[in-house]
Order: sequence, then structure tokens, then C-alpha cells
Amino acid sequence: MTAASPVTEPAQGTAILPGQGGWTGSLSDRFWRNPKLLLILMLTPPVLWLGIIYLGSLFALLAQSFFSIDEFSGMVQYELTLKTYGELFRPANLDIIIRTVSMAAIVTVAAACVAFPIAYFAARYARGKWKALFYIGVMLPLWSSYLVKVYAWKLILAKEGILTWIFAKLHLTWLLEAWLAIPIIGGYSLSVSYTGTFLVFLYVWLPFMVLPVQAALERVPGSYIEASGDLGATPGQTFRHVIFPLALPGIVAGSIFTFSLTLGDYIIPQIVGSSRLFIGQAVYAQQGTAGNIPLAAAFTVVPIVIMGFYLWGAKRMGAFDAI
Amino acid sequence: MRSDGKQSAPFALKAAAGLGLAFMHLPIALIFVYAFTTEDKSYQWPPPGFTLKWLEVTWNRPDVWDALKLSLQVATISTVIAMVLGTLCAAAVSRTKFFGRETISLLVILPIALPGIITGIALRSAFSIADIPFSIWTIILGHATFCVVVVYNNAVARFRRTSGSLVEASMDLGANSFQTFRHVILPNIGTALLAGGMLAFALSFDEVIVTTFTAGQQSTLPIWMLEELVRPRQRPVTNVVAMVVVLVTVLPILAAYYLTRDGDQVAGSGK
Repeated sequence: MTAASPVTEPAQGTAILPGQGGWTGSLSDRFWRNPKLLLILMLTPPVLWLGIIYLGSLFALLAQSFFSIDEFSGMVQYELTLKTYGELFRPANLDIIIRTVSMAAIVTVAAACVAFPIAYFAARYARGKWKALFYIGVMLPLWSSYLVKVYAWKLILAKEGILTWIFAKLHLTWLLEAWLAIPIIGGYSLSVSYTGTFLVFLYVWLPFMVLPVQAALERVPGSYIEASGDLGATPGQTFRHVIFPLALPGIVAGSIFTFSLTLGDYIIPQIVGSSRLFIGQAVYAQQGTAGNIPLAAAFTVVPIVIMGFYLWGAKRMGAFDAI
Repeated sequence: MRSDGKQSAPFALKAAAGLGLAFMHLPIALIFVYAFTTEDKSYQWPPPGFTLKWLEVTWNRPDVWDALKLSLQVATISTVIAMVLGTLCAAAVSRTKFFGRETISLLVILPIALPGIITGIALRSAFSIADIPFSIWTIILGHATFCVVVVYNNAVARFRRTSGSLVEASMDLGANSFQTFRHVILPNIGTALLAGGMLAFALSFDEVIVTTFTAGQQSTLPIWMLEELVRPRQRPVTNVVAMVVVLVTVLPILAAYYLTRDGDQVAGSGK
């Protein structure tokens, strides 16, 4: 291209524009001659910001997980040790990890089941105005305030709230009570049970599942489904052998969000749920009241490691093309 | 028969999709009902009566106003920082291929891909190591960091669609880099930046997880709400605040959607 010619062949001056005047002009000429300079100038601020503030703090945190806390004085001992990681495997802490991971898994599966019909309808049947409506219909809950959503569920699940009222109106109070009587998932009321925690998680992360599944389904050509039907497959068979495998990368992509967000959340189980801790709450408690930063740091490594494996597996399934 | 793609959906699918959408929207609608209930001691349903009293009570609450003011300040400054950093990064990544380009994208996305609690506690421990006292700027540091990604995503998508020959044409016609930026690049990416900025604003205005770690004793509006959620003291005021928050966040989202709807489909990606 013409980029280099003014520099290398100054003798042909008349055919070429003279250097531009003013400091903006000369600066701009230098950018043109030396694109690397512009690139470095553009990249320096964001890389410095993210590198120093974000990565810097992240590494400082991870480094602290290799320190330990003196059990008598409560002071942090600055010697490298794996003792803090060992503490993660105490029964109480292991319980927290297992509880959080199972909740994340159940929420992910449920979100996939609820999201699929919405995504399928939006991708295959909704047209024009309906398409836009579905898009906004998913986008609004995705972006509206997280705390307000949790608060809405506190209202819904309260003992005197709307859900109890609906069950009473339908003469199904016995069903609700039977459900709450089940150990582990039940409790005094829905708002202090794992069922409640699960519902709120499902609600809050659902849009994150709908969008990638819809994106994956948009790419399934309608002719595949017709061909499958023409060749004699029942709708169920078409779903199992054609639609589901093609939508799977989208589901896996969505599950990255639902799984990761559930793993790290500490506000929902604190507001709606039993008093037993999740990983996020454990981190919060360890760094706050307990003042045990090394253990808190070691706890944060758990979701990072789990998500690392998860992302590795998701990548192998081609989930990143679906985001 | 089946080939024109206009057949209507099976009833079961329609019902499941409709129920799913209702599940996503009814809880938020409920907030609007509760904001006007006369009941102030419990979350009783159905509301025993309706009143406008709580709007006035909330209006006269200085703590709510202070929290709102802090939230708006934080969101505005974080958005401006995120727009500058995100645009620079997007321009660099989409214009040129260079070594480490993938790493840069990863670096931008990481603050939002890792759970917020990790960002939060990392920043907090860094502040305490460096002896930085909590202030509005510690909140902004955290917010701007994870807001960069939404501006970046919107800007990258638009840069990809903007033809590089436009820039070359502008330069060939004698404009310098700054004039090209002002008159060619900016009008092209303007709406994407605006959309990204609005989403960044909504994200920051609503953020609570990182903020609990970086705010110290200060209270942004979400922090104020969180305290009310954990220990409810003034349910009616909380109801009204929740309603206002819904209204304040919905408007930028709708605006961002209309700004980017022409095929970008980026408004929500990457939250």
C-alpha cells in the first residue's frame, strides 16, 4: 500500500502530500509510519489497569493461600506451606464444597430443562415482532437488578407470601407441607430451605442459559428436522438424535455461566436458605469475622480449579463456538 | 406441507415457552404491587390495602438519597473509565494482529468470568496490603475493572463490521489520525459505545458482590438493599427502593437494545 512511500521516496515530493502541520498532524504522521507506536499507546492504559489492579490483586490473593494462620495468636505466618490447603479437606469444609458443587450441578440441569423450550420456540417459531419480544423478554430479566430479583423471591417464598396463598387457594397446602417435611430439602418454610435457595438460583441464572441455547438452535437448519421427520422419525426421536446433539454446545456454554455463578455466589444462600454455608459464604466469613485470609484465599482457589476443568471440558465439546 | 417453515408450534412447546417467560417476569412484576401495600410488618399476600404513603416516606429518607448519590457517582465515573479502556482495547485488538492478542481478550473477560467474590476479596486484600483506605475510589477501581468487558464486547463487534477501507480512504483524502477518529471512526462506533456505556452503567449501578469488599463503611444503593435484605427493618421503604431500581435499570437496557439491534446482538453478551 501507499503507507511507506512518503518516507522512503522523499525525492518525488511534488506527487506526495507534504507533512502535515501542527503537533496533531506530525503525531498522526508518526502513527501512520509506525503503526506499532499507536498500538502500544492504545494498549498501555487498559493492560496497565487490568494487569496491575486486577491480576496484581489476584496473584497477591493466591500467594496468601500458601501462608497459614497461627492457631494461638491468630496472626498470619508468612512461610510457604500447604497446611491451609490441607484444612480444606477437613470434614466441615469438605461438606461446604460438596454442598456448593451439588447445588451448582442441580441448578444447571434444571436451568437447561426450563430454558430449552423458551430457546427452541424463540429460535424456530418466533418471527418478526415476536422474535424481538422474546429477545427483550430474556434480556430484561438478565440485566435487571440482581438484588431486586432476590428480594422478589424473598417476598414470594415468605411463609405469609404469595406461594403459600396460591397453594391454599388450590387446596394443595398439604402438598407444600409434605414437601417441607422432607429432610434436607425441606424446612420451616420455603425461604429457609434448600428448595428456596435452588429456586432463586434457577431464577437468577436462567437467562444466562437461554441465550446460548437459542444461539445454538438458530444454527440448526430447519431442513434437518424436516428430513428427520420425512425419514420416519417420531418427534421424540428427532429431538433425541438431531436437535439435542446439535444444541448441546449451546447448553454446555450456558452451563458454564450457571455453574460458575452458583459456585461463587454468597448472597443468595445467605438471604434465602438454611444457615449451612456455601463456598462463597465460607470465603466471606473467613476473610471477615474470622480474619483467616489464607483459608479464604484457599477457598477461592476451589471454584477457580473447578471452573478450569469445566472450561477445559467445555472447550473440547465445542462450547466456545456457541457463546 | 411442512417445508415453508410457517407451521405453528405444538401446543406443549408454546405452553412451556410461555410458562418459562412468565417465570422470568412475574417475580419482578410482584415488586410493583408490594411497593404500594399498606402492610409494613410482613410480606403478607394478598396486600390488605394499597397506599401511596411509602413513596413519600422514601422520598424523605436522607440515607436512601445518600446511597443513591454514591451509586450514581460510582456508576458514572466507572462507566467513563470503562469506555476509554474498553474502546482502546477493542480498537487495538480488532485493527491489528499481534502477539498476545488472545491473552488480551482473556485478560479483559477474566474479571467477569471468575466469580465476583474472587475479584472482591482479591481487591480487598490488595488494598489492605497496600494500606489504601476505603473511599469512593476503591469502589470505582473494582467497578471499572469488570465494566471494561461490556464496552469492549460491544466495540469489538462494531469494529468488525466497520470496514477498514473507510479509515484508509479518510487518510488518503488528507485527514490526520485525529480527524479520522473524530469524523469517521467515532460516528461509526458511536452507538455501540453508547450501548456499551449504558450496559456498563447498569452493571455498576447494580453491582453488590465486589462492592461489599471494596466499600468499607460506605453504602451504595445495592449495599443499602442488601442490609435490608439480611436484617429487614423498613420493609415498605425497601419495596419502594426495589421498584425504583427496576425502573432505573430497565431504561438503559431498552435503550441499549434499540441502539444495537441492527444485527449486532451484542447488548447482553458477556455479562
